[in-house]
Amino acid sequence: MSILVIAEHDGAHLKGATLNTVTAALQLGAEVHVLVAGSNASGAAQAAAAVQGVTKVLHADAPQLAGMLAENVAALILGVARDYSHLLFPSTAAGKNVAPRVAALLDVAQISDITKVVSADTFVRPIYAGNAFATVQSADPIKVITVRGTAFDAAKSGGAATVEHLAATPDSGSSRLVSQELTKSSRPELTAARIVVSGGRGMGNGENFKLLEALADKLNAAIGASRAAVDAGFVPNDYQVGQTGKIVAPELYIAVGISGAIQHLAGMKDSKVIVAINKDAEAPIFQIADYGLVADLFEAVPQLTQQL
Amino acid sequence: MKVLVPIKRVVDYNVKVRVKSDHSAVETANVKMSMNPFDEIAVEEAVRMKEKGLATEVVAVSCGTTACQETLRTALAIGADRAILVETEVELQPLAVAKLIKAVVEQEGPRLVVLGKQAIDDDANQTGQMLAALLNWPQATFASKVELAGDQVQVTREIDGGLETLALTLPAVITTDLRLNEPRYATLPNIMKAKKKPLDTTKPETLGVDVAPRLKTLRVEEPPKRQGGGKVADVAELVAKLKNEAKVI
Repeated sequence: MSILVIAEHDGAHLKGATLNTVTAALQLGAEVHVLVAGSNASGAAQAAAAVQGVTKVLHADAPQLAGMLAENVAALILGVARDYSHLLFPSTAAGKNVAPRVAALLDVAQISDITKVVSADTFVRPIYAGNAFATVQSADPIKVITVRGTAFDAAKSGGAATVEHLAATPDSGSSRLVSQELTKSSRPELTAARIVVSGGRGMGNGENFKLLEALADKLNAAIGASRAAVDAGFVPNDYQVGQTGKIVAPELYIAVGISGAIQHLAGMKDSKVIVAINKDAEAPIFQIADYGLVADLFEAVPQLTQQL
Repeated sequence: MKVLVPIKRVVDYNVKVRVKSDHSAVETANVKMSMNPFDEIAVEEAVRMKEKGLATEVVAVSCGTTACQETLRTALAIGADRAILVETEVELQPLAVAKLIKAVVEQEGPRLVVLGKQAIDDDANQTGQMLAALLNWPQATFASKVELAGDQVQVTREIDGGLETLALTLPAVITTDLRLNEPRYATLPNIMKAKKKPLDTTKPETLGVDVAPRLKTLRVEEPPKRQGGGKVADVAELVAKLKNEAKVI
């Protein structure tokens, strides 16, 4: 039996998390196919065909597949699911939205957010905000899995898979995409960036995030935030790093004005090097930081930007 | 319109969990338990719908041990009208919970189910989507804004790149994200009143649902400890260490 990876894409390109998911799929030791569902998504289908290790791409293209509406995408996947032993989704907002719908329709359990493949039926996944890791075994005939991107390397390019057309299932008619407000940014994607600069409540207001932007520009870094900073309206929701926000594991994570609640640590503690800048020497973030600087961020951050 | 709010009893979010010495699970005995924070947001949202005259009744439902009654009483104190406990000692996984809630939906006939996007214990993020699938209802997950209008509901969702708005035809399932609302504190008079509100108990067998777990937990471990705690005196030392020691810039 083969493995099916459900791609996340913007029509023209694959999103980074898809490549990490392919790597997890390849560890299962069977042929890996990729499903590209979307509207005007030939570019993404071609990109999927060029991923190393992928042998076949299923490309379904129809207006009702735009925006990855869970009802329509789940129905589409259900049509091919029984040809596969595993269905793997990136553990992104879109993947997390669709995967359980597919699992329930197949009457199988879902294994969420895996960080390790132990064998074809056994996986490791974080629980309790990453304060524990459970090794779980599934007895279901089809394994529906979401994959934590930061736990697997990105698959390389260099493949030459065939692209097969897959007919879309009809529109469910029960849900409709009204609008999207996407944050425009020229910076690297938060979950894929080599360096992340994050701000917390200590930033004081949204205006002060300009200090972090200047630092991020110097380092070609992505900008993140703690829940406190997002709740206070300093920055948009998609900046949030943490248990229920984005999980990041960059080479360098610079936490500025972040105290370090366990829910935030859950989203960044696998970073290779952690820097914390905070004026409160007792802040929990210092316990996990490799380099802690007890200082006023409004002085330290501009200095850091200047000295880099 | 009746609104159903499924809630889960979990280890309180302030508790630092410990893995049992036999590595079978996380220690939950003698640990403070609370309502899953996302479910609290769901209860608050449903109660607000009732206060605005958009909902006629809010029914809270929980699946688990007798102790879940306490969590249901919290929901009643926030403002739910009545509660249902599906009582079982079996370890419940998301698919089983979704099947139990589906059975309750079929008995109760709500037009809307609102629940948390994930529980902070197993972090599965599955139950709402599974429920929607089993009912063949549309779903809007990770909601940060909900607007009811006739037989439609418009939901703004938090997605990876920002926000998107969906229009669903009722009946529908909505799962809540953090910024949907700020749940109220239950006042003492409301806590007292909640004790008198109806709380019915049923069982999976009565509902005809097989709740046997599908996933077997082989082992639970603590994550590797991170060696932190290093300090630098000033920005110059930080830059030097990042360049020469960590070699990340």
